[in-house]
Amino acid sequence: MNIKRILLGLIIGVLGGAALYTVMRLLLGMPALASNPWPLVAMAVTTGLIGLMLGIEPSLGLARGLLGMVFGFAVGLLLVYVIRLLLGMTPAWNPEPAWVTGALLGATGFLLGVGVMTDWLKWANGIHTPEQDGPPEGKPAWVRYFGADQNHKVIGVQYTVTGILLLGTAGSFAMIFRTELSKAGIDFLPADLFNTFISIHGIVMIASILLGVGGMANYLVPLMLGARDMAFPRLNSFAFWIAVPGALLIIMALFFGGWDTGWTGYAPLSVRGPLGIDFFMLGVFIFGFSSILGAVNLIATTITMRAPGMSMFRMPIFVWAVLATALIQLTGTQFIGLSFLMVVLERVFNMGFFDPASGGKVLLFQHLFWFYSHPAVYIFILPGLGIISELLPVFARKPLFGYKWIALSSMAIAVMGFLVWAHHMFTAGISDSLRVPFMYSTMLVAVPTGVKFFSWLGTMWRGKLSFPTPMLFVLTSIAVFLIGGLTGPPLATVPTDLHLHDSYYVVGHFHATMFGGFVFPFFAALYFWFPKITGCMYNERLGKIHWFLQTVGFYTMSLYMMRAGLLGMRRRIVDYDPALGVEGYQTVITWAGWIIFISVIIGVANLAWSAYRGKVAEPNPWGSRSPEWQIPSPVPEHNFEEPFEVVGDPYDYGVPGSIYVQMHPKPTSAG
Amino acid sequence: MKHGIRVGVLISVLSAAMIYWMRTIPWMPLEASREAKDIDWLFGLHIDVITFLYVLVNGILIYSIFAFRRKKGEEDAVGANLHGNTKLEIAWTVIPLITVLFFAYLGTIVLSDISAAAADELEVNVTARQWSWSFEYPDAGVKSTELYLPVDRQVKLNMTSVDVIHSFWVPEFRVKMDTVPGMTTNLRMTPSIEGVYKVRCAELCGTAHAAMLGTIRVVSQEEFEAWLQQGQQQETQPEDLSEEELINLGASTADAAGCLACHSVDGTKSVGPSWKGLFGSERPLTDGSTTIADEAYIRESILDPKAKTVAGFPDIMPTNYGETLTSLDVEALIAYIRSLK
Repeated sequence: MNIKRILLGLIIGVLGGAALYTVMRLLLGMPALASNPWPLVAMAVTTGLIGLMLGIEPSLGLARGLLGMVFGFAVGLLLVYVIRLLLGMTPAWNPEPAWVTGALLGATGFLLGVGVMTDWLKWANGIHTPEQDGPPEGKPAWVRYFGADQNHKVIGVQYTVTGILLLGTAGSFAMIFRTELSKAGIDFLPADLFNTFISIHGIVMIASILLGVGGMANYLVPLMLGARDMAFPRLNSFAFWIAVPGALLIIMALFFGGWDTGWTGYAPLSVRGPLGIDFFMLGVFIFGFSSILGAVNLIATTITMRAPGMSMFRMPIFVWAVLATALIQLTGTQFIGLSFLMVVLERVFNMGFFDPASGGKVLLFQHLFWFYSHPAVYIFILPGLGIISELLPVFARKPLFGYKWIALSSMAIAVMGFLVWAHHMFTAGISDSLRVPFMYSTMLVAVPTGVKFFSWLGTMWRGKLSFPTPMLFVLTSIAVFLIGGLTGPPLATVPTDLHLHDSYYVVGHFHATMFGGFVFPFFAALYFWFPKITGCMYNERLGKIHWFLQTVGFYTMSLYMMRAGLLGMRRRIVDYDPALGVEGYQTVITWAGWIIFISVIIGVANLAWSAYRGKVAEPNPWGSRSPEWQIPSPVPEHNFEEPFEVVGDPYDYGVPGSIYVQMHPKPTSAG
Repeated sequence: MKHGIRVGVLISVLSAAMIYWMRTIPWMPLEASREAKDIDWLFGLHIDVITFLYVLVNGILIYSIFAFRRKKGEEDAVGANLHGNTKLEIAWTVIPLITVLFFAYLGTIVLSDISAAAADELEVNVTARQWSWSFEYPDAGVKSTELYLPVDRQVKLNMTSVDVIHSFWVPEFRVKMDTVPGMTTNLRMTPSIEGVYKVRCAELCGTAHAAMLGTIRVVSQEEFEAWLQQGQQQETQPEDLSEEELINLGASTADAAGCLACHSVDGTKSVGPSWKGLFGSERPLTDGSTTIADEAYIRESILDPKAKTVAGFPDIMPTNYGETLTSLDVEALIAYIRSLK
């Protein structure tokens, strides 16, 4: 730590930011001083933080990326201003196209600054770059976590930690508007801000789930397959870092008027709203690249980099879930990107895609949007269900019941997920000749999901169950996902959906699927692989407290949400009619929400503290047969020093004398 | 086998008790339409099956937690060597498949029942806008800001929106349909109990979405006829009414036209300026000038809200009130605002 350099960085950052802001205003033909001082302050704080980070470590990728983003924005704003000036368009300063271009160039600037494109640019110039081997030399070890590192375990941790940060952000927004809702009447949160907060809660949660999924997949898949890394390590790094400017743009939307459309951004409301909508939609568009490129990498890794003897049906079951997820991400994400891009184009260039007066169709948006956004919920839950299937045999000491059925049910869900999108539009004004077929197809999703539930019960049956924290989370995952699953068919049935659609029943239903399918399994995975990742053990007692509070809080919250919805409580309203008789339920939901919030803080604090000061963990505390537990913790730089061969099935816990992986010690000398 | 028998008995008893209990819970609000009866029946059937499956899965789960837990001294014990059972897998694929297909079939039947047209159906055109509802009876040539409906007669709503998507939902009637700009959507319903209900906009439609409520009055056939006839008569002029009648009309117009979604009448700051103490006060405008809120100013602000915007408030008021409000409505609103001292 060089205190002088840090202070210098901070001062240069603050002054530089203020100077850049003032120069930009002058260049754009505005008076140097604005009546509103806050943008200047925000700019100075941002660049001050960047300077601070660069002072701590000048090679820090994150800080360089942020600096690149600031300059990208400046270039974009000026570019549009100059073009409009040259074309004689008035006024030359038009915020909407200027900020949209700024956002796109800002994201590009971030990627250039963070360094994920450096190798590719060198290749373009015919310069050879070696594959990265180990942490950067001559720098503190933690630096690699804040830059363009190519190791899948570092990237996995980057994904997971960013995911948890966004989970906390989105959860905090939820607590603000949840508190507003605890009583009827508007107490402290104005309607516009409420709408912005529910929107940001939704989309930031989705971003956080995608990052959490990416974290689990990136860390675990190469280890489970016996690979030294992912198939494309540079692309892997790029896929993570492009998510960061995407998430930043979404959060920046808050400072550009917010957006009042919900995360769904339905046209034509999204065509009419404030500038924040452009930021939100471009943020999602850019974030989408992360999903698509990450999926390419996971599919290629799974297909080509399995250890000798590991046929597809001998892979750990989590890899099947990730494969199914990646296939959805690879083929579906384009559609939400497209639908949001079309809204931005309609806003900036008046292309009337969704405007009936210009020959557009309002419902087109919803078809495009849900073609991704329904399968997206399977992206969120399939990895979580994979975690349940992965951990149950370990804690039941018994083979996974119906391995092939579980593996193929994931694939079935992935395929069927693409055939059900219009159930989100049962009340949108589509004809019965669409509503009825989509009712049937939606119902069919229950079948492969049911197979998973019964196979889990089969796995537990006559096992020898133990209940450390990860297992407790797995059990609650099953119970909570059951609520989410069982409350689906009334929504899939058109007549009952006519009442339930867009009510709080839907809110309860999808929170149950998200908690059962992602949040609880994600924490199970965090606790389970924590000793593998850090080499330390978490605090078991705190883990159980976290589990208990989150379980009780969530059960209460989702059941009361559905109850309020049946009585007529609508989604996304800042105030409700006390005559519906839902005020008491709303108070309970708020309390339950706070309990969940507190439980997550306990959980994250436990993990953070244990990573810092935890007891050293045993090499294989759960007695797992999976390959990653047969090597030291934390895992060496390139995973397996000794190559292994798969000689049995992954989950034969109850089978005497069976082995899954056979380690082959490396020959000591090449000769 | 003993585990199977125990858990079987447990689940049978528990699920019977739970289904019985669930049936006693009044899940839904008042059942005030014919469609509601069909829909509630189907929902009840769903609840029965959901309850059974909930008890089935949780029953086995909880039984396993107790019966198959690792006891002291069994630290290294392993579970039974069971890899799967193809017959069981086929059973729990096929039985759920038949169940869900049966529900989809029932859904189709009920959907066709509740959307079938009756011979004497009443047509009403519905227009949604940010953030109010208006209604037109094309056969009688009557326009209204409240939806009057005769009891026990099917009504067919032809709905559209002039700005963004809204959704027409009456929880007591159990039916819902979006109103979409550029197209007409239909909804059929048959109110079966006289009373006053609320249309609640169910699709997020911007700032005042939560307050986008409309009034529905379900009345007897005779009352409905009388109301229609009254609406067909010559339009009342503002001069025909006393000041008090004008103020009362203004208050109900303010509610029905959605004004109160953004303007409070008690001084609370909301999306738009409060009306309390507005009349005669000095208004600071966004361009830095000020103006006195007299009758002409208020009339202009209703009919052309973009002309003068009060500083500190967003310029988002709909500009089409000139088309939806009669001149009587506007004068009544002015009288009402004048009365809010």
